[in-house]
Amino acid sequence: MSLALREKLIFEYSRPGRGARGQWPEAASRPVPDTLPEGLRRRRRPLLPEVSELDAVRHYTRLSQLNFSIDTHFYPLGSCTMKYNPRACNAAALMPEFLGRHPLAPVAQGQGFLACLYELQEMLKAVTGMRGVALSPLAGAHGEFAGVAMIRAYHRARDDLARDEIIVPQAAHGTNPATATMCGCVAREVAVGADGDADLAALRAAVGPKTAGIMLTNPSTLGVFERRIEEVARIVHQAGGLLYYDGANLNAILGKVRPGDMGFDVIHMNLHKTFSTPHGGGGPGAGAVGVSARLLPFLPLPIVAREAEAYRWLGERDLPQSIGRLTSFGGNAGVLLRAYVYMRMLGRDGMRRVAEYATLNANYLSARLQQVGFEAAYPQRRASHEFILTLKRAEQDYGVTAMDVAKRLLDLGFHAPTTYFPMLISECLLIEPTETESKQTLDAFVSAMAQILREAREDPEQLHGAPHTLPVRRLDDVRAARELNLVYREPAT
Amino acid sequence: MSKIPADLKYTRSHEWLKSMPDGSIEIGISDHAQEALGDLVFVELPEVGRSLAAGESCAVVESVKAASDIYAPVAATVIAINAQLAEAPELINQDPYGRGWMMRLKPTAQGDDSGLLSAHDYQVLAAEA
Amino acid sequence: MPFIPHTDEDEREMLAAIGAPSIEALFDEIPPALRVQSLDELPAGLSEFEVLRLMAARARADGRPLCFLGAGAYEHHIPAAVWSTITRGEFYSAYTPYQAEASQGTLQSIYEYQSMMASLTGMQVSNASLYDGATAVAEGCLMAVRANRHSKAARILLPRNLHPHYRAVTLTMALNQGLLFDTVPYARDGGHLSPDALTAHDTQDFTALVIQQPNFFGVIEDVDALTDWAHARQALVIAVVNPISLALLKPPGEWGAQGADIVVGEGQPLGCPLSSGGPYFGFMTTRMQHVRQMPGRIVGATVDVDGRPGFSLTLQAREQHIRRAKATSNICTNQGLLMMAGTLYLALMGAEGLERVAATSMARTEELVAALTALPGVRRMFARPTFHEAVLALDRPVAPVLAALAQRGIQGGLDLAEFYPELGPALLLCATETKNSADIEAYASALSEALRPARAA
Repeated sequence: MSLALREKLIFEYSRPGRGARGQWPEAASRPVPDTLPEGLRRRRRPLLPEVSELDAVRHYTRLSQLNFSIDTHFYPLGSCTMKYNPRACNAAALMPEFLGRHPLAPVAQGQGFLACLYELQEMLKAVTGMRGVALSPLAGAHGEFAGVAMIRAYHRARDDLARDEIIVPQAAHGTNPATATMCGCVAREVAVGADGDADLAALRAAVGPKTAGIMLTNPSTLGVFERRIEEVARIVHQAGGLLYYDGANLNAILGKVRPGDMGFDVIHMNLHKTFSTPHGGGGPGAGAVGVSARLLPFLPLPIVAREAEAYRWLGERDLPQSIGRLTSFGGNAGVLLRAYVYMRMLGRDGMRRVAEYATLNANYLSARLQQVGFEAAYPQRRASHEFILTLKRAEQDYGVTAMDVAKRLLDLGFHAPTTYFPMLISECLLIEPTETESKQTLDAFVSAMAQILREAREDPEQLHGAPHTLPVRRLDDVRAARELNLVYREPAT
Repeated sequence: MSKIPADLKYTRSHEWLKSMPDGSIEIGISDHAQEALGDLVFVELPEVGRSLAAGESCAVVESVKAASDIYAPVAATVIAINAQLAEAPELINQDPYGRGWMMRLKPTAQGDDSGLLSAHDYQVLAAEA
Repeated sequence: MPFIPHTDEDEREMLAAIGAPSIEALFDEIPPALRVQSLDELPAGLSEFEVLRLMAARARADGRPLCFLGAGAYEHHIPAAVWSTITRGEFYSAYTPYQAEASQGTLQSIYEYQSMMASLTGMQVSNASLYDGATAVAEGCLMAVRANRHSKAARILLPRNLHPHYRAVTLTMALNQGLLFDTVPYARDGGHLSPDALTAHDTQDFTALVIQQPNFFGVIEDVDALTDWAHARQALVIAVVNPISLALLKPPGEWGAQGADIVVGEGQPLGCPLSSGGPYFGFMTTRMQHVRQMPGRIVGATVDVDGRPGFSLTLQAREQHIRRAKATSNICTNQGLLMMAGTLYLALMGAEGLERVAATSMARTEELVAALTALPGVRRMFARPTFHEAVLALDRPVAPVLAALAQRGIQGGLDLAEFYPELGPALLLCATETKNSADIEAYASALSEALRPARAA
């Protein structure tokens, strides 16, 4: 990664009259069509760059060089599954016929595309043990919304209107309670036991006639497998609630355990995590949902069906009890195609190996980091595909925090793990190596972490002031929030 | 060690109350709370004249790492708010019991102090947190 | 093993360091009854060559017909530099910019995007994008309810000429939070929202009026009068706009006396390929006074400890990972890569390029409509100016006509029978700057043939 000098804003390259003229259509004889009513015409041009094509390419290329990415750095962000994004997936999705197809094109002119989506639905069903899959949710949180909405719809359809509580473990990802609220439910937190498993007594106390369902991930956000999941399922089902599976950690059990077999009624999958579609600097994702038999009527639309040898979209007439549409068209089709290609390349054997090597890598990294002096949050448990270190002791002994360690890792050429999540463990780092990283990369990471521990003992200022070698040092978040500067303003001339 | 003035009352949700001579009460958040939140970046206060139920969320204090609701300790009407907090939310960090006061309320029912904590009891609570 | 680099030696050494006899032993905490026995329903894996061959065959089967469909997804030329730049690994495989120092590329790009969108829409602030246009409308309605202190009703007026899918998605997303929706009919002659239709709501307590410009029919609305009407009743205005049209049309920030309050829309026309409906990106801009009610990520400019300028995510306290149950939304993503496509597109086109795309698209649609309405049995449905889409009335059901056009390699538009049966046979079509006179001639000629059988048959 090159250490660029500060890159100006694109606006600062503008010169009046300059532009990427090769990209523009010919000037019309009437720049503003006559048919446009006078009173509705734009009077002042928007503030957009006036730059050449080279300026734009150079500017954004240089900006890209300021980023860490999977392609450039080991990126062990817990709960995010930063595995290699195979380029074949991109190549397939960018084939011109797929790229140029209008979403409302007749199905007769989309059988190739629909075949891919149908087969993706079927493969996701097989690998999760669910009876139905819908591909339209546009992100994990969107899938969560669909899942909880389906739970509500199920209870309403049975005239069980009192059920508006969603149980959420204390350690849950923030989207879970936020989703509960978005669905008009109340989030009710339950404690987690000291060994990382759910506190069954607390759970029994929390369920009742108001319970719509429980949102869980397994392995949990603590990085360990919920060993009593079958008992949890029994308790919730007996109370009349449904089980929702947050698929953020599916990478840990892909091909080894299926959420459907664990008793979950509805799941969402993060195709941009487990199925390796690109993170893109913050999106696009795809949050496909899977359901058990009792929730099939409520799946969001549209879904691909196969009748005889032809594929078609199912709509409102086919699924009158559907929770409805979540997006204008069929979902993030380009992302779905990438996930499809990934699953086809892995196949049945490759699918299983994902969880095996993700788990091997996590357990290896956890063992080695403990060997060099770090403290695991649950040392007595097997790591799943991720594990938590706590820097509580380092904080007490040397005044060094998880934040300091994270920032210093950036100097040493590694993206930091997830910090301060789950909030249950103080000064924590949630580390997920994924299966696509080699032992050599993991060993280099361990060396860097060992160095940081030494620096904590001998020279903590190095850590407090980190990062030192990046294009910027630690940024003033308080100022960013107090003195809001959210858009560029042209300097007064 | 956070400051906990003895002449004030406190709530479990870390607000303080001062009883004014005219029967109104002034409220803010405790030193412990402002420390936990970190540098405040924004304070959202209710409109003057709004009537609040006891325990109703009536304000929000926001730092870079958290946004916390402030709850009305008793049923009351808002009679004044600290307008300076709009430009200078950091007053709450600097002087949580003085210039960082948030609002003045006029209780609508006869004083029910049962839910409120003395300075001593709040000190115990804050130490456990 | 695709993508897994471990050698046998690596595996041995790693297991030794862990102190486990095998990889299987690492799963020993999982109850045996839960273990998957076989994945035989899944096909065997394919090599990269094999899978690309399969995909190429499927793509070929779908082909590339001449497309005159619009209805919320529009074909525009995307400069090659857009996708070659954003598929660089540093953008493509980067994560959300939570470690700001390691993500200045993404963060600065978002800041530039926010600046461009705020200016394009005539508003003061923008977020870093939302999932798509439809969900952006839903989020806009939820935001209006939070932001409008005067209204107790949580009631939103939705025009019937709002994109039917935007309406469907808004209902799905917002009904569970207790919002109420009233439908405002459109005027049959013009296809627009006339003031008459609003009088029914004159004394009602409603929170916001949604106005789509141009509307789903492509018709241009009298936004000033509509905006002032809503504001006179202490309601907010949620503008749903096409970003290309904003090159020529007055931006929502200038609607009426005070301007719209919340602006949302579909960003797809800016640098995103049609790709069967996604991924796209939704945009949202608003006034500064509402910035804390706005969902989604926001980037702010700041400085580092040495005073160097930089960018970071800000106002995060509103978001799910901090506020949890009280978050403005559960949204956890922005459509990063697509937002970047939009940013690059706007940088390359600039204001003048955008004006030309808009003007050319309008002109092509006029040309198309003229060519087609010259045929017997085809006429304009609505008598008002349109942007780059129009509705044609046919003298017979639309579906068979479209099928006949498809046989000739032409996607002629959208049959409105499903959504607006009251219009009779109605066809919504669109021509952008990607269509030339030969394309239009091909459509006219194919339509002429398709209409040749007498109507009575």
